[in-house]
Amino acid sequence: MDLKAENISFSYNKKRQILKDVSLSLNSNQIVGLIGDSGSGKSTLCKIISGYISNYSGKVTLDDKEIPDKDYYPVQLIFQHPEKTMNPKWKMDKVLNEAWAPTQELKDTFGLKDSWLTRWPNELSGGELQRFSILRALNPKTKFIIADEISTMLDAVTQVQIWDALIKHCRTNNIGILAVSHDPELLEVICDDILYFKDINHI
Amino acid sequence: MSEMPWYNKGLFSSLNLRQKTLLTIGLTAFVLIVIFISGTLINANLPTNFAIKMQPPSFEHLFGTDWMGRDMFIRTIKGLSLSIVIGLGASIISSIIATILAFVASINRVCDEFVSWLIDLFASIPHILLIMMISIALGKGAFGVTMAVAFSHWVNLTRVLRAEVLQINTSEYVALSKRFGKSKLWIAKEHILPLVLSQIFVGTLLVFPHAIMHESSVTFLGFGLSPHEPAVGIILAESMSYLAMGAWWLAFFPGISLLIVVLLFDIMGENLKRLFDPSEANN
Repeated sequence: MDLKAENISFSYNKKRQILKDVSLSLNSNQIVGLIGDSGSGKSTLCKIISGYISNYSGKVTLDDKEIPDKDYYPVQLIFQHPEKTMNPKWKMDKVLNEAWAPTQELKDTFGLKDSWLTRWPNELSGGELQRFSILRALNPKTKFIIADEISTMLDAVTQVQIWDALIKHCRTNNIGILAVSHDPELLEVICDDILYFKDINHI
Repeated sequence: MSEMPWYNKGLFSSLNLRQKTLLTIGLTAFVLIVIFISGTLINANLPTNFAIKMQPPSFEHLFGTDWMGRDMFIRTIKGLSLSIVIGLGASIISSIIATILAFVASINRVCDEFVSWLIDLFASIPHILLIMMISIALGKGAFGVTMAVAFSHWVNLTRVLRAEVLQINTSEYVALSKRFGKSKLWIAKEHILPLVLSQIFVGTLLVFPHAIMHESSVTFLGFGLSPHEPAVGIILAESMSYLAMGAWWLAFFPGISLLIVVLLFDIMGENLKRLFDPSEANN
């Protein structure tokens, strides 16, 4: 499957345009890295591709078809701050099962402990929560994962563990990944191809 | 040495703040329930005994007796329990209205404008006037008063809930839920409702004192309950004609009792609000 973003332009206000004619294309058997400076608009691009922002100009297509907005969105964004993406009044069990019910095997590969499931989000650490938010996004209907700085706040060991599990799952299930980071060393290890944000953004 | 705060002295010094809050809530609830239950057990048609009419307060008749020789203490308790029932009905109905309107406001911009307009409209009419009009339109009596108080007291809670729902709607977990293909109704039920539930609950309790006060005042003015129902408002209205004759106890004790009941509800509401504070809600 191919995910294409064509000529995306966007600005939050009239004074400053943040994205201009950004085009990129991803294949579902690829892991593509995206490097850029802080505040350059990487996250905005991620939100546009994964359907969070709708008032942009340009086109996002999946296999040359527009993505329907009502159903489960096949392009899933994983946020940088997992604690913000979880309802504080939900137990982790409910948080995990909101999108789908992951198998026990998958839970084990991500190092998810059963004892965490009965806790509230504010009782777990950032790394623990991030495992939940990644696993949640791996619904069988997901075709692409947009990983927006998902491992920035994790220690090296956890980073390796999480990326290992994610890449293994995505390779076997033909899910494409766009990995956004400003850590070139990380992207060099995990990606097939690296894009530089300043090259694709024509500002 | 700094001085100990007042709440850490004396009888309850071994309790922490949370336990004290719970104790306060428990005690106030207990007193209110006792008033309510004893009120419902009293027969509304008290025996009249003209031999003991217009007696000032004594140990036999704590609140004195009225011009028909009825014990004012019993009448007051009966009146308070009636007020509690009306207050409870009114505040529950008004919270339901507030909750529904807050969710309606979150549907889209037009609905939001409409709800805001409705809030402004009702907030701009004096409460007491609105209550009188609705009460008369619905044929007075307990039903009319309850509805009148309910339809005039949803405004503040709606305003708070609307803001709360708006804020939750812009959160990342709601946006994510939409990407998971969840419907608006599902998000409202599963995501938003649990987060505003404590607000609704506390809001209901804080409407309660208003409801009781307004019920008494419209009844006092003669637009509320009918005279044979011994509501506190009726008792106060009747006592007016005897006040000049020096029968001060007819107005004083029922008035003070009403004030105490209202304050008890207020204390309970405030303490529950503290207990439900979001930062402590998970403990």
